Amino acid sequence: MKEPAKHVIVAGGGVAGMEAAGSLAEMGLRVTLIEKGDDPGGNLLKWHALFPDRRPAEEVRKYLRRRIDQENINVITRTSVEKIRHHGHEVIVSLSGGTEEKADAVIIATGFDIFDAHRKEEYGYGIYDNVITSADLEEMFNRERVVKADGSVPARMGFIHCVGSRDEKVNNNHCSKVCCVTAVKQAIEVRKVIPSCEVFCFYMDMRMFGPYYEELYRESQEVHNINFIRGKVSEASVNINNRLVVKVEDTLAGRPLKMELDIMVLMVGMEMSETGAHLAEASGLKLGVNKFLYPADHHFGTNRSSMKGVFYAGACTAPMNITDTISHSRSAVAETARYLKIR
Amino acid sequence: MSVQVNKFGFAINLSRAINYDTSDRKVREYVTLREPSFRLCFACGGCTATCTAGQHTSFNLRRMNTCIRRGEIESLREEVKRCMLCGKCLLVCPRGVNTRNVVAAAADAIRKLDRNEL
Repeated sequence: MKEPAKHVIVAGGGVAGMEAAGSLAEMGLRVTLIEKGDDPGGNLLKWHALFPDRRPAEEVRKYLRRRIDQENINVITRTSVEKIRHHGHEVIVSLSGGTEEKADAVIIATGFDIFDAHRKEEYGYGIYDNVITSADLEEMFNRERVVKADGSVPARMGFIHCVGSRDEKVNNNHCSKVCCVTAVKQAIEVRKVIPSCEVFCFYMDMRMFGPYYEELYRESQEVHNINFIRGKVSEASVNINNRLVVKVEDTLAGRPLKMELDIMVLMVGMEMSETGAHLAEASGLKLGVNKFLYPADHHFGTNRSSMKGVFYAGACTAPMNITDTISHSRSAVAETARYLKIR
Repeated sequence: MSVQVNKFGFAINLSRAINYDTSDRKVREYVTLREPSFRLCFACGGCTATCTAGQHTSFNLRRMNTCIRRGEIESLREEVKRCMLCGKCLLVCPRGVNTRNVVAAAADAIRKLDRNEL
């Protein structure tokens, strides 16, 4: 008699979870994908275009939707995974609403939350009209309307790097990795939509870690005339002309610098998702100093947890771009398959 | 003085390079000992951006930190006196450096250096 298909629960329906569910189902496993939002898609749902090639985010969303459109995947939305425990040969998963599900293995793909920019009060998010986040700007691109709060066209925009990252004052010492290249991407997009708009990036270090990122940085200077000023913005205010004023040190010139801006874009970083943090605490899963899930080994065990039958995929372990998230997710599936065979 | 003029109209330019092997590390060692968070500075300039003294004088804590680390202390003698110890930089620093204590330690170090106490 044929053995019934093994059952794997995937906690989180963002990029990592959708890719994991798709890969598992392809291998003939029975999959339950659990997503807290109304639809799978995660943070990618908000995005308009992706670095480094500025392709429409919709292309990747379409790929992922196709990926989970398989008979043996059951998608449960508006539900979160509250707790996981190992019992015998099974993993028992407690869901919000009080129900329990049993599985042979679990992949945690709870991803990240975007840093809440209100916490950097000195930048005035939620206080000044024209201070927005990188996520807000994506929505503006979606609506094809990049304008000031009063509807006028900005003459100068500034991108503030490292908001909520590399900053002890908000208890995040980690680098969120993707914000530098996101700023460069968005700066180019602004110049394309509003050629008359001057664009400045205020950075501490430009971390162009991925393939074609450095090329994009170069293109931003060579083709699009983006200006880069090395210094951390200390504060923003509004002057009598109702324009934003940022204070920064131009560290390469060695002097303090003031600049008026029409729109200030805060490049918000990544934090461990709240859902993921609750799940980790309830289940006794270890967190790193960056408060993301701490895997069994940093070089050859980034998908393994300390709990039997429980694996990690994607940005729940560290800030990650989409390319790396998909790779990490596939390797989580490989680890899971190996576990199911030999356990 | 970096230029020595001799009577034949020739001039010799002394090297502008920071000589890391002959530079004075005593100030750096003293400041690091008194304020270990000094080592954490990653030169973002947040302190200088917010510094009241720095808006009107040459005082620049970010540059001062680098100079101390490199053993370039001559320029600090006057500069270090310009800080008013208001501590705004402390509120900004993303690395949690106790910036105010760094200035105090640097001022002390220079005083001690001049008295041959370092």
